[in-house]
Amino acid sequence: MNILVCISKAPDTTSKIAFTDQNTRFDTNGIQFIVNPYDEWYALVRGIELKEQNGGSVTIIAVDEADSDPVIRKAIAIGADKAVRIDARPTDPSFVAQQIAAYAADKNFDMILCGKETINYNGGVVGGMIAEHLDLPYISLATNLDMEGSKAVITREVKGGSEVLEVDGPFVLSASKGLAEQRIPNMRGIMAARTKPLDVVSAAEAADATTVRSYELPPEKGDCKMVDPEHPEELVRLLHEEAKVI
Amino acid sequence: MSILIFAELKEGKATKAALEAASYASKAAADLGGEVIAVTAGHIEGDAGLGAYGVTRVFNASDANTSDSGQLSKAVVAAAQESGASIIVMAHDHAGKLVASRVSVKLNAGIVAGAIALPTNTEGFIVKKSVFSGKAMAHVEIKTAHKVITITPNSFGLHTNDKGTAEVTALSADLGQSKVTVREFKPTSTDGSIPLPEADLVISAGRGMKGPENWGMIEELASEFGAATACSRPVSDIGWRPHHEHVGQTGIAIRPNLYIAIGISGAIQHLAGVNGSKVIVVVNKDPEAPFFKAADYGIVGDAFDVVPKLTEAVKRFNAG
Ligand SMILES: Cc1cc2nc3c(=O)[nH]c(=O)nc-3n(C[C@H](O)[C@H](O)[C@H](O)COP(=O)(O)OP(=O)(O)OC[C@H]3O[C@@H](n4cnc5c(N)ncnc54)[C@H](O)[C@@H]3O)c2cc1C
Ligand SMILES: Nc1ncnc2c1ncn2[C@@H]1O[C@H](COP(=O)(O)O)[C@@H](O)[C@H]1O
Repeated sequence: MNILVCISKAPDTTSKIAFTDQNTRFDTNGIQFIVNPYDEWYALVRGIELKEQNGGSVTIIAVDEADSDPVIRKAIAIGADKAVRIDARPTDPSFVAQQIAAYAADKNFDMILCGKETINYNGGVVGGMIAEHLDLPYISLATNLDMEGSKAVITREVKGGSEVLEVDGPFVLSASKGLAEQRIPNMRGIMAARTKPLDVVSAAEAADATTVRSYELPPEKGDCKMVDPEHPEELVRLLHEEAKVI
Repeated sequence: MSILIFAELKEGKATKAALEAASYASKAAADLGGEVIAVTAGHIEGDAGLGAYGVTRVFNASDANTSDSGQLSKAVVAAAQESGASIIVMAHDHAGKLVASRVSVKLNAGIVAGAIALPTNTEGFIVKKSVFSGKAMAHVEIKTAHKVITITPNSFGLHTNDKGTAEVTALSADLGQSKVTVREFKPTSTDGSIPLPEADLVISAGRGMKGPENWGMIEELASEFGAATACSRPVSDIGWRPHHEHVGQTGIAIRPNLYIAIGISGAIQHLAGVNGSKVIVVVNKDPEAPFFKAADYGIVGDAFDVVPKLTEAVKRFNAG
């Protein structure tokens, strides 16, 4: 089984977000980068589990600049066989998807696994775009993935419930909570990751379809109005008369 | 510039998120000039309720496999070509994200996924979206001729419009062979309760509730408010509550009108998923709980005392 897992780096979840250059650039000062949680905890781990059960190999792909190499090495340490980095700044989802699709086009992957969304861009669209470029089925928000022979049986979240689907042949999937259990890399994995290949490939010609013109922080909340615990009816009154939400 | 929306149907009617997309598109079309056209798939009842939200025409692909994003996106592209629409809008929900990503590739369109405001078109076509899991917003310019926008549920609201009913026509397009087969659908709840991302009111509880057996009072309060229920991550991790209730940076992000957090400390990862809420109420026995800093209203007290009293108060309020 030949599996491609798409990972991106993301600021650690405890990061305070700030911007520089008149709010046009994300301020990376003091930010710790991690592998995007959905990509690492669910997509990558499920890919590795399937490889362990069925044989084959797991390739990690990231579209990013050289500063992401330590994050990619950390992902390899969980148990991937190799990694590829497409050397470009990932500023637009259409661009990222084109790069990954161009790489995957002639490699006959049985499946391409993505995370549900990146916790910085929060688009949840790169996986669907890769699927469209490669003319493959795309199953989003998967919470379970099993192989029955050549057929994949996938449970995914849909509005108001979940759906069990069957897919024959290669597909692209985005991973949601439940697909796998988070793994902590062990010492052997970390040592092995140092010698596993991390190929750097130059980007295919493509233009960004979007640009971030500026960022903005949400307005600060004013003071919290305290209500006497003995008189919750006061809260109900405030919600009705002042906040007008009920 | 006509705008095309993809409207998801449930039992023949547009979902709330689809009606919100229609409301958004109507307002954008009023600003930019043009009409709002919808594309739908599967069984449709009348105009699916879309006319009342400003849609003038509906193209319905009745034979499409609604679980196949490949077929749905082909239908959207066919409708875009038929109507000449260059802006495509849909909800940033399960179906919307799926379809939008494929459509953007087919039309060579730049995408803003998760918009929270109308586009502005004075210095380029710019749409505001939430980034860093709600910790910031970005103003994103779409530079391509075709543009795709998915809108975050509850960020724009529903706005009716007196256009009346929309004209419904069958969409004639070759959707190709479907590549996925649906084995079964398992509803998360059978009581018809509202999906969490679309709920206007949400009651959420955390580890302060001590155990799953104490959620009765949370559900009772939610039912008095007519609210959906949510929880913090550890609560769903240990299995006290189902995964789909987990909100936050690694759960789902919501922006209801009212979010009431009970026995939740307010860790930065939790706040990331809920700080788009219009009004936040925090009930916590610890006056130093970080959540109070992000709240509009707070009660310092024991949930086991406060929640039943609050439920009684809401009951009296509901009774008038
Ligand atoms: C990578 C990463 C991602 C994460 N993603 C998320 C996420 O998406 N969502 C999320 O929620 N968390 C997330 N977390 C976890 C987060 O950091 C917190 O640990 C979690 O939110 C705490 O949950 P809690 O508030 O329910 O529990 P606790 O932190 O244990 O807080 C319980 C609160 O209840 C109060 N309390 C106790 N008893 C009572 C009582 N009787 N009455 C009233 N109040 C009472 C306490 O004062 C306390 O404030 C993430 C963590 C990491 C590392
Ligand atoms: N720069 C990138 N390199 C590799 N994979 C990516 C990149 N950006 C996004 N992805 C993948 O696409 C998924 C969805 O990303 P997004 O559409 O940005 O929310 C992520 O969870 C990753 O699996």
